[in-house]
Amino acid sequence: MTVPLLSVTDLRVEFPVGGIVTRLRGGVTRIEGVAGVSFQIGRGETFALVGESGSGKTTLARTLNGLQKVASGSIRFDGQEVSTLGRAALKDMRRRMPMMFQDPVGSLSPRLDVRALLAEPFRIHRMAARDLDAEVRRLLALVGLPADFAGRYPHQLSGGQARRVGVARAIALNPELVIADEPTAGLDVSVQGEVLNLMNDLRDRLGLSMLIITHNLHVVRQIADRTAVMYLGRFVEHGETEAIFTRPHHPYTAALLSANPEPDPDRVLDRINLPPEVPSIFARPKGCEFHTRCPFARPDCAAAAPEPRQIGSDLLTCHHPLNIPAPAGLERPA
Amino acid sequence: MDRITAPTLQIDGLSVSFATEAGRLQALRDVSFAVPKGRITGIVGESGCGKSTLINAILGLLADNGEVTSGAILLEGKQDLTRLSPREMRDLRGLRISTVFQDPMGALNPVLSVGRQMRDIQYRSGLTRKEKDARSVEMLRQVRIPDPEKRLTQYPHEFSGGMKQRVAIAMALMMRPALLIADEPTTALDATLEVATIELMKELQQQIGCAVLFISHHLGVIAELCDEMIVMYAGEVVEKGSVRQIFKGARHPYTQALLECDPARLHERVKRLPTIPGTLPDLKNRPQGCIFRDRCAKAGPECTAAPPDVELAPGHVARCWHAAGGAA
Repeated sequence: MTVPLLSVTDLRVEFPVGGIVTRLRGGVTRIEGVAGVSFQIGRGETFALVGESGSGKTTLARTLNGLQKVASGSIRFDGQEVSTLGRAALKDMRRRMPMMFQDPVGSLSPRLDVRALLAEPFRIHRMAARDLDAEVRRLLALVGLPADFAGRYPHQLSGGQARRVGVARAIALNPELVIADEPTAGLDVSVQGEVLNLMNDLRDRLGLSMLIITHNLHVVRQIADRTAVMYLGRFVEHGETEAIFTRPHHPYTAALLSANPEPDPDRVLDRINLPPEVPSIFARPKGCEFHTRCPFARPDCAAAAPEPRQIGSDLLTCHHPLNIPAPAGLERPA
Repeated sequence: MDRITAPTLQIDGLSVSFATEAGRLQALRDVSFAVPKGRITGIVGESGCGKSTLINAILGLLADNGEVTSGAILLEGKQDLTRLSPREMRDLRGLRISTVFQDPMGALNPVLSVGRQMRDIQYRSGLTRKEKDARSVEMLRQVRIPDPEKRLTQYPHEFSGGMKQRVAIAMALMMRPALLIADEPTTALDATLEVATIELMKELQQQIGCAVLFISHHLGVIAELCDEMIVMYAGEVVEKGSVRQIFKGARHPYTQALLECDPARLHERVKRLPTIPGTLPDLKNRPQGCIFRDRCAKAGPECTAAPPDVELAPGHVARCWHAAGGAA
């Protein structure tokens, strides 16, 4: 078996909270944003992280990139441990593992034109000696923007065009793994399709690996080979995308899949309703952390935390996995 | 017009222009539709289609360089909102017409308690402070905020995103308006919350009996929540009808393309996601004839002339030369 490009083992990320008074009273002084996560991404593979707001998706991505301190566990990128790297080595690693941030326009400096935005990665990594104009032209062509866009500023770009510039910046230095945080949030559906097609194309042409963070499950199905579902900083289900979509085993995954309104007024809904409020990570529920919202919870769910178990390609943590096809409508023939 | 059967909101031939440095920009052209009493009407369309301009025109909140150049906006069949003074308009907003916006944090004042804000918006009710607070509690209970009495003393940052949006909905419906305008109210919410919020809105709408104009780019939400819908493109209503007529038998090429693009329709992985080639036309130099012509696969010579509004079935109208010629 080949060595995966990225290998994460039992990763934990903590944040300090409260002040000295809380500490003296014996209250909570640290919370775990990421609470023991393990996964691997192979070369050329696309991995998706899904989950509700606050589930720790973005924290996890930032930690992989060295933007957040690791409390314990290991992150190995191409065989090298990331969590102990010094500044210079970390910078070099970010060249190989760049990140695309949320908000297509907001993640571009309003004071730089597209030429300067695309040249910036080369300057930061001291590669500005090469012919930057040629690089800018090459990148614009690669993401399907006309060459005369080099003179435009971010406010003169539409959301989709700005996102293309963001993609061009991410792939400028021939990376191996691109981390994309909500790459299509806020884009219109027709433009969302263009951006996803572009990312799929580039992955095939450049042999990239990708980590996509999103809460849009339809996007996941179209782009990811494997998917992990996060809840309160842990993976509750993790496996091959198509298998998870056709037969989710964790009730939380099934509920997320069923929460997608279908563009068909005649569809009979077979929805799994969840109480809308997510528990706080300041007071994690005892036992299975999902039992407070789970419609299928039984008494033993509150007693002990479930151990991870394997069903087919699917790794999940649940005492009573579902064994039903995806909620009605999601796999109905067109 | 008969006031009893008059729709809550009727828009006739509305055109709106903005004066810009580069010339006049026509943001809305000849927009007509009605929001019937007690029904939910959805508006879909992509960025730049004129949804926000339309809402601002209804609310009388167009920017200073914007102007209604023709048409009428009738509320409950009597008042033409385009002819009201700013003062008269202000008396309607919040009382007869209320709004829920996309960002619930932006709709609440962060330095005032929720109870204070809910009391303040009842300033025209003539109730005592105690009565107002009792109504606030009742309203919070209706939007399923647990422990509402205690919640009144709390500040917006102490509420989660979904709760804040429910508070905003409670405030919008507090005065039992005739028309609720909901501008992408669930876009900022997670899928599980989105579903809970639209179910709540449907329930409250039935209780209060108001008409709702619901703006969203999420086609699934429109299909689930709305009775009628309007499809907008580049400032024009290109198609309107019942939700079923449009989702099952869209006849305008833009509507067809837009529905085609929704990844929610794809139940397995496809090689290439469908897109709409081309870009929006320049609204400062609006092309003559059909507005979608440059991006339309069916465009022919006739499309250089303004297309008619073709009535395909009662209530189902498409602005297209080809709409009459059978399903595509």
